[in-house]
Amino acid sequence: MTHHASDTHTLAAAYALDALDHDERQAFEDHLRTCEACREETAEFKATSARLAAAVAQKPPAQAKAQVMAAIDAVRQLPPHVAPAAAARTRAGWLQRRAVPLALAAGIAAAALGGVAVWQTHNGQELNQDAREAQQQLDAVSAVLAAPDARTVHGRAANGAMTTVVASDRQNKAIFTASNLPAPAAGKTYQLWLSHDGTMRPAGLIDHDGTVVLTGTPAGAGAVGLTLEPAGGSPEPSTTPLLLMTLPA
Amino acid sequence: MHAPPLDDRLRPSSAPFAMAGAVPMSQPIPFAAGRPGGSGRNDLGEVMQLVARGDKDAFSVLYDALAPMVFGIVLKVVRDRAQSEEVAQEVMIDLWRQAARYRSDAGSVATWASMIAHRRAVDRVRSAQASAHREQAQAAREHTTAFDEVAERVETRLDSEQVRRCLKGLTEVQRQAVTLAYYQGLTYREVAEALQTPLPTIKTRMRDGLIRLRDCMGVTT
Repeated sequence: MTHHASDTHTLAAAYALDALDHDERQAFEDHLRTCEACREETAEFKATSARLAAAVAQKPPAQAKAQVMAAIDAVRQLPPHVAPAAAARTRAGWLQRRAVPLALAAGIAAAALGGVAVWQTHNGQELNQDAREAQQQLDAVSAVLAAPDARTVHGRAANGAMTTVVASDRQNKAIFTASNLPAPAAGKTYQLWLSHDGTMRPAGLIDHDGTVVLTGTPAGAGAVGLTLEPAGGSPEPSTTPLLLMTLPA
Repeated sequence: MHAPPLDDRLRPSSAPFAMAGAVPMSQPIPFAAGRPGGSGRNDLGEVMQLVARGDKDAFSVLYDALAPMVFGIVLKVVRDRAQSEEVAQEVMIDLWRQAARYRSDAGSVATWASMIAHRRAVDRVRSAQASAHREQAQAAREHTTAFDEVAERVETRLDSEQVRRCLKGLTEVQRQAVTLAYYQGLTYREVAEALQTPLPTIKTRMRDGLIRLRDCMGVTT
């Protein structure tokens, strides 16, 4: 932290009043994580600001409520945050097991911010379908990462791609993430599979680096496979798997 | 001893300066005792738990309790009514979306909602400003000439006797620093420019002003 303590304390007020620019806000929030006294003061200042807001309360237009109530039908709620502070307090074993999901979560959080930015450009009733789907996918990914029963396995595909699967029986979902995945040849796609008692069931397509939620349920699945298939995918694997990742029990 | 909820003091008949159409909130916002399980007044905390589980009836209750504050502060900062209605609706939908992320140990539901609303309003105003970046210096100069009028407006339109009284207890610079930032959405740099006061002084006045307001209003988290 480059600020002196006194500077930072002065900024708590500006922060609570939203009078910091974006970078300063970010820097102050970083500082808050390590400064208990600042957190306390900031909480009081925020509560004070809230009184300033309540003092100018105005009745919203009558039709607004019906519009909002209708709009939330299409808005998926976010799962709770996985607080970094909570992670730091947890047992080392837990951390080891979860290290990759948390790292993933950081990247996904960055992606989620992009999603929110997209969302903000549309008003409540006209949520863009793509943005909504992207948001739902992010929500699903976050939920899997945050699941207490998340199982993680890493792999390296025959074509050099680095892969990770995180599965949660409780969420009944699994996610697959790949990096350094070579672009498939024209007319080809990568296809994911969930192996149930030796039977490979289609679990979705992926054709570039990134994270996807597998279709199908991971509960009872023994492994996740990856093959190269004709564009659009196949009902069963038609090529030798590039990768077979055994899911830990 | 906590101050009574802000709304208990809302007396529209005693606010002759209130702008036309200003209507007091229909539902109380429980400001006192933001901590769960404390005094039993944290009703919205329980409502929030239901909302976080997708309960739309609970959200309806939350809407009634928070929408006037949300709309009021957004309108204050954004000023354009049509835009404010849009932003306020986005905020209310966002409260639904983010309900599970509310943490009672960080403050009351009303505080949380006001932060989301105010930030969204400020972001809206600043993104509009950013598109006219070259005119910012000009805008700041206009703020300079307008701030007296601004301070006046803020004071006379306040629905809350207590906030009005407490703002009066601030020094001139403290009050301007706080209200230009919060009600006009200026950054502290813009406030410093508008008041032609050095940056460190503004930072200090802003903090002193907020401390004095906090103490005057008996704010606890």
